[in-house]
Amino acid sequence: MENNNVIYGINGPVVTVKNADCFEMMEMVHVGAQKLVGEVIGITDAFTTIQVYEETTGLKPGDPVEGTGAPMNVLLGPGILDNIFDGIERPLKAIEEQAGAFISRGAGVSPLDPDKYWNVTLKVKEGDRLEGGQIYATMPETPIIEHRLMLHPELSGVVKSVKPDGEYKLFDTVATLEDDMGELHELKLCQKWPIRTARPVKDRLTPSIPLITGQRIMDTLFPIAKGGTAAIPGGFGTGKTMNQHQLAKWCDADIIIYVGCGERGNEMSQVLEEFSELIDPKSNRPMTDRTTLIANTSNMPVAAREASIYTGITLAEYYRDMGYHVAMMADSTSRWAEALREISGRLEEMPAEEGFPAYLPSRLAEFYERGGRAEVLCDAEGSVTLIGAVSPQGSDFSEPVTQNTKRFTRVFWALDKALAYARHYPAINWIQSYSEYFNDLDPWFRENLGDDFVEYRNRISALLQEEASLMEIVKLIGSDVLPDDQKLVIETARVIRVGFLQQNAFHADDTYVPLEKQKLMMKTILHLHEKSKEIVAKEIPLSRILALGLFDKLTKMKYDIPNSKPEMFDDYLKEIDEKLAQINR
Amino acid sequence: MIIDYVGVKEINGSLIVMDGVRGVSNEEIVDIRLDNGSSRQGRVVQIDGDRIVVQVFEGTRGISLTNTKTRLTGHPMEMPLSPEIIGRVLDGAGRPIDGLGDVFPVKKMNINGTPINPVSRIYPKNYINTGISSIDTLMTLIRGQKLPIFSGSGMSHNDLAVQIVRQAKISGADSTNFGVVFAAMGVQKDVAEYFRRSFEESGVLSRVVMLLNLSNDPIIERTLTPRCALTVAEYLAFELDMHILVIMTDMTSYAEALREFSSSKGEIPGRKGYPGYLYSDLASLYERAGMIKGHPGSVTQIPILTMPNDDITHPIPDLTGYITEGQIVLDRALQGQGLYPPVSVLPSLSRLMKDGIGEGYTRADHQALANQLFASYAKVIDARALASVIGEEELSPIDKKYIEFGKLFESRFVNQGFNENRSIEQSLDLGWELLSSLPRAELDRVDDAILDVFYKG
Repeated sequence: MENNNVIYGINGPVVTVKNADCFEMMEMVHVGAQKLVGEVIGITDAFTTIQVYEETTGLKPGDPVEGTGAPMNVLLGPGILDNIFDGIERPLKAIEEQAGAFISRGAGVSPLDPDKYWNVTLKVKEGDRLEGGQIYATMPETPIIEHRLMLHPELSGVVKSVKPDGEYKLFDTVATLEDDMGELHELKLCQKWPIRTARPVKDRLTPSIPLITGQRIMDTLFPIAKGGTAAIPGGFGTGKTMNQHQLAKWCDADIIIYVGCGERGNEMSQVLEEFSELIDPKSNRPMTDRTTLIANTSNMPVAAREASIYTGITLAEYYRDMGYHVAMMADSTSRWAEALREISGRLEEMPAEEGFPAYLPSRLAEFYERGGRAEVLCDAEGSVTLIGAVSPQGSDFSEPVTQNTKRFTRVFWALDKALAYARHYPAINWIQSYSEYFNDLDPWFRENLGDDFVEYRNRISALLQEEASLMEIVKLIGSDVLPDDQKLVIETARVIRVGFLQQNAFHADDTYVPLEKQKLMMKTILHLHEKSKEIVAKEIPLSRILALGLFDKLTKMKYDIPNSKPEMFDDYLKEIDEKLAQINR
Repeated sequence: MIIDYVGVKEINGSLIVMDGVRGVSNEEIVDIRLDNGSSRQGRVVQIDGDRIVVQVFEGTRGISLTNTKTRLTGHPMEMPLSPEIIGRVLDGAGRPIDGLGDVFPVKKMNINGTPINPVSRIYPKNYINTGISSIDTLMTLIRGQKLPIFSGSGMSHNDLAVQIVRQAKISGADSTNFGVVFAAMGVQKDVAEYFRRSFEESGVLSRVVMLLNLSNDPIIERTLTPRCALTVAEYLAFELDMHILVIMTDMTSYAEALREFSSSKGEIPGRKGYPGYLYSDLASLYERAGMIKGHPGSVTQIPILTMPNDDITHPIPDLTGYITEGQIVLDRALQGQGLYPPVSVLPSLSRLMKDGIGEGYTRADHQALANQLFASYAKVIDARALASVIGEEELSPIDKKYIEFGKLFESRFVNQGFNENRSIEQSLDLGWELLSSLPRAELDRVDDAILDVFYKG
């Protein structure tokens, strides 16, 4: 068929084609002689509007535009892990080999390596009936992750032929399937899936298991569930990226998808470098074995930035469907929202708040709704946890992206500029932040860590609340006028803030703290508080207790007690009792 | 066959609209010749069939609907480059204005550049010794970093930039492979002259490429100036293996030029009238810093911007802070007290510093000292806030100690002579000396092992 669809107009990343009637909405197209990737985003009887995912410099009216007949999709198969892609799943390492240090356009590289052999084990035999999403073959993708090949969710039928176990390449056929209409399908090592469509699951489950992060303030005060959604808003320099890195390094998900969406290039190279050097304590393998990076840095084309979030979530869902717990970090969703705004502006749509398009909330909702814990089609359990950083303009949390994100996420880790200025990291403000998962997760905490864990946590957060209101007074009249029992609250809260909430990501032990140690730390702090309270009640001056140095000692216990020696806490408790007994006489 | 298109259809601000143009490509450069013999350049910014919108760099004054002949050049904006460009003075669009003739090109590069593949980047780790205590100790500059100076009108950011250029010691760089690219956007003639004179006095002028778009030069040209400057910098760094320090002043003028251009194009404005793509646009500049595998050279950026009304939440500093790897914030109150450099320590930050300091780079205690100085100085601010309510007399003894520490910290540590070059050891030792005026128990960010060595209270 002769292709006579040609470019008519160009405005930044938006290209129009005149008098074309063969394009579908959201169809993926190739634009120009270099076959730049684009997507149809608007159709009228006169014009088809296309957003192009690459630089449009040098395109000419009259250049050809070809449809692909399919929506914007990604290739799913082995080789996704331990890889780095741009926003539309182009492998950056392969592009480097082909084009050098600077990214050129129209680089036609297959997303996954088509020539690599995988050691495939077939899980079905001739005559088996397969439903969509069921597993037909497995292979080790990295030393710690088994890749499970699932039947495309929209297919079902009877297996007609099966190849023997052995080494196969990405596009080799390992089995054939006859569907109910009698049509024969070849099952390869890969499948395609449109990025803007959520992959189906059998059933949604309540998120009742916490995602353990080893970060005290996150695990204890504001926990997130596996399959939960969280937002980390904060102005620049408050440590959004550091928090995301810490989560990606330490959280107990099986697979990490890290999306650098409109962020710094040097940051991505840092992630690459750090993750390949870091050894996962559970598997003794480099972190990269369970990680995929999607890097669309701020100077890469804006339309691909918009797509990168969807690419990331599609990869995450694919691994969830295999029965894995996946955590996806998106840094930052504000850049994605800005990409929406930029493209909306080019389309001359009517803007809503702050120039963002009116459909911003519905897009955010769609995205966060793709997270969750689920029973997947292959009868296993999997989850996608979504953690989105938000970069509010001018650190103002009332701006549209933060506000709308707040509506669709259930954990809110608000980063605070004042804490960051004082180099209190993680700079999560314990008054503004919240988690809505307590009800879902508390049974798990009670079962695994005992009832006292929940009780300690409630008392710690009550003390912090009390301190916050006392500080209002202190700010006006100074702390000297407070009675001793209130001063004690302030002192204990200081230990909680400095000794417990503050956590040093660069300290070998403190960077990841097991839940058991978190609990014992709380226990020790609260023990000191209670005992001191008894003494203060006998009108013995607080200054005498402070002179014992116990409070200072507890602020440093996070460094002084190694993660491997929880029994040392007993010594601490004993020392508190003994020293306090001296002045209690 | 070369076609001259006679006349234009429409003129609007710096944009002209032409009809019936064929074979034009997006972002192509056009030559416009006026009947009076003068010529201008423009860039195609929008295409609708055979109707094109051209942005004229020198402005549209004097253009009528009939007095022009326009010719397509067939290529996007390119910059002629050669090793001889070092030491030259160029205008905002990269054309020589020092009377020494054209740059004979060894290579031509598209001024928009192409994004560096994140895989090919080297994560920057080598620190640059600037000899300024506050910067070296608390917001260490790293080779390949982009660290802007957030300032305001009338503050001493220019002096600070000059001092950094004069004192900067980049590891691996010596007089043969160190260079400065200086881009002036919308600054006054005497400011540009101040920089030129300062470069001359410190003996680096022969290694400087200056691009000058002064405040009375065409606005549209201003949107090209940083792109030309960075193209020169990339050429010198990645083709000639030099270590390049890029100083761009003033980014606020640049963003305002962008806003003017955007509104004349009829685009939907975002915050404060700036175009919605301001973030992407700034990123396309700032991201052109860094180091690449296989190339010994580096591009380090120090953009200077004046915060309108000293407001750090204004879109320009705000978006800049989200892209750059930290910021050096200057403070008018400190400047008012006669301190130089008036670095406001708490909001200042270097994101790359944590991996470029410590054992093997500066000194093992560096990170701990920096953390403690930040934390202690934050308490000084709290104590001052309290003192302003209840009076300094009523403060608790420990708060009084903090007030005292704050004074010393500002007058001895932050404050430093314009010609004073402190080594990193001097700066770190000074930091410990000041911290030693506080009780040891207050230093809760530092391991005891380090305190044992350095605390002298």
